[in-house]
Amino acid sequence: MSALSFPDHPESVLMPTAGDRSQGRPRRWYRQPALMSGIVILAVILFLAAAAPLLSSYNPIAQDLNASLLGPSAHHLLGTDQLGRDTWTRLLYGLRTDLRIAFIAVLFPFVLGTVAGSVAGYFGGWVDVIIMRLVDIVVAFPFYVLVIALVFVLGPGERSIYIAITAVGWVSYARIIRGEILVAKRQDYVLAAQSGGLSSIRIMARHLLPNVITQAVIYAMSDIVQDILAIVTLGYFGLGVPPPTPDLGSMINDGQNFLSTHWQLTTIPGLAVVVVGLGLSLIGDGLADLIRTGQS
Amino acid sequence: MTFVLRRLLMLVPVAVGVTIIVFFMVHLIPGDPARTILGIHATPRSVAILHREWGLNRPLISQYGLFMDRLLHGNLGQSLFYGVPAAGVIFGRLPATLWLIIYGAVLSVVISVPLAMLAASRKDAVRDQVVRAVPLVGLGMPSFWLGFLLITLFAVRLHLFPVSGYGAGFPGHLRAMFLPALTVALALAPVVIRSLRASMLNVLGADYITTARSKGVPDSRLFLHHVLRNAVIPAVTVLGINIGFLIGNTVIIENVFAIPGIGQLMINSIFERDFPVVQGVTLVFGIMVVLVNLLADLAYAALDPRVRFER
Repeated sequence: MSALSFPDHPESVLMPTAGDRSQGRPRRWYRQPALMSGIVILAVILFLAAAAPLLSSYNPIAQDLNASLLGPSAHHLLGTDQLGRDTWTRLLYGLRTDLRIAFIAVLFPFVLGTVAGSVAGYFGGWVDVIIMRLVDIVVAFPFYVLVIALVFVLGPGERSIYIAITAVGWVSYARIIRGEILVAKRQDYVLAAQSGGLSSIRIMARHLLPNVITQAVIYAMSDIVQDILAIVTLGYFGLGVPPPTPDLGSMINDGQNFLSTHWQLTTIPGLAVVVVGLGLSLIGDGLADLIRTGQS
Repeated sequence: MTFVLRRLLMLVPVAVGVTIIVFFMVHLIPGDPARTILGIHATPRSVAILHREWGLNRPLISQYGLFMDRLLHGNLGQSLFYGVPAAGVIFGRLPATLWLIIYGAVLSVVISVPLAMLAASRKDAVRDQVVRAVPLVGLGMPSFWLGFLLITLFAVRLHLFPVSGYGAGFPGHLRAMFLPALTVALALAPVVIRSLRASMLNVLGADYITTARSKGVPDSRLFLHHVLRNAVIPAVTVLGINIGFLIGNTVIIENVFAIPGIGQLMINSIFERDFPVVQGVTLVFGIMVVLVNLLADLAYAALDPRVRFER
């Protein structure tokens, strides 16, 4: 705590904290067409995924070999796959699986990268050198190569996906946050906090982070898109969520043998991924625009 | 010259780091790595052989020494599936991958530059909005899925290109690899278009453009002679930064189009549980990115002398 004798929280008297920023924030976020359409798209997708049991009466993993490879009909909106499972139902549950994993998967690299970037940027010196060398090394591997290699080594499954995406994904957050901290730490409010005798951890968490986190949040939007693509790709190669759990990647893989006769089996799950990606990208772009206009 | 030397020196810790990560892949395997790797072929004898070959009973640092010693002699271990040195298997497959990477990079520039110019030529006009919106759709597109669509349309329906394979001879490669390279290019193009558009808008704001405009230089000439030249360097940089993304995508695309490159080898080896080959391919990909980044930096310094004096 502070060496000065201010009442309760010295920083509230001395310098701006996260709470003060809300006043400067542009209010008309709903006027951003990109942001709004992104939110609408994502809301619809999230609703479909969340309400899957209400929107379909079929079991996503129940096979019915008498009803395999049926075309779209009133009973089966998008037809059935080679094992007679309802494609619409599997699509909904597949979205559920992949979105859940993607949203959880983005958290770990976000937190790890933010902490590593803050520490590197704030302390500088050898800590910075070590962390940034580590970043250089991880960046040397193509994203998919390292993710696929790690999942292979750890064995397929959800836990491996989290570990692999965290191990590869934290570097971008570390780079972004470090860059922002390098600029922000020279600001007067940080110098004031330092001279107020606040601990480094407190300065980083309460003063610096709220001011630098926005860029990382915007990046997280495009990062989720990348994570969803990685999860779907792993599923496609049979390295993702083990069957019979529905997953869009394995649905595309299952359908590719019937591409010329039952195109919907491959096309629809892929299209779902594209729509999710579009929604998240629009939100990311809209947020970035909002912050640019807010700053100018 | 000092710039080249300094840049080469910076390469050393990264290259060593890459080998350490690849080395540690063995130790991430749950349980006894030798037993897991050999799977159903794990007899006490074969497990003992692998233990001796990799020195798994020795301390970590001495294991790494052994790994590096073999690596520097070009030895990536024995492929468990092919029964021959893994290095030979990998390097035999390298040309197809390099073809795809270069072809894809060229196509993505061919696609991105005109579109970025179109968008930047009139900021916020309809064409700009369209060019800015299309990449948003592309960003979320699984590249293997895009590959299927292209195969269905151009190979199966229209018979314009072969469904899969590598082709023979230069014209053969050029034709057979067009769809895979296009897939790679389309996956990369959104990123390139966005940054290229931004850098072109930057160039357009420069004083010499205003001067050229005030002299009455027509738009077409202005773009070809003034803007494009200065926007090419950022384009090369963007490609350099995204080379990992480009190379990573080739792994996926090779498998969709059955191209006999190291990406296909990697996935096949994963299913054969051929650990030395997977490890070797991971290493080769890492080294490849490091080298391409080095080349991009050197090319950048050659094109723009200011870079050499930074830092």
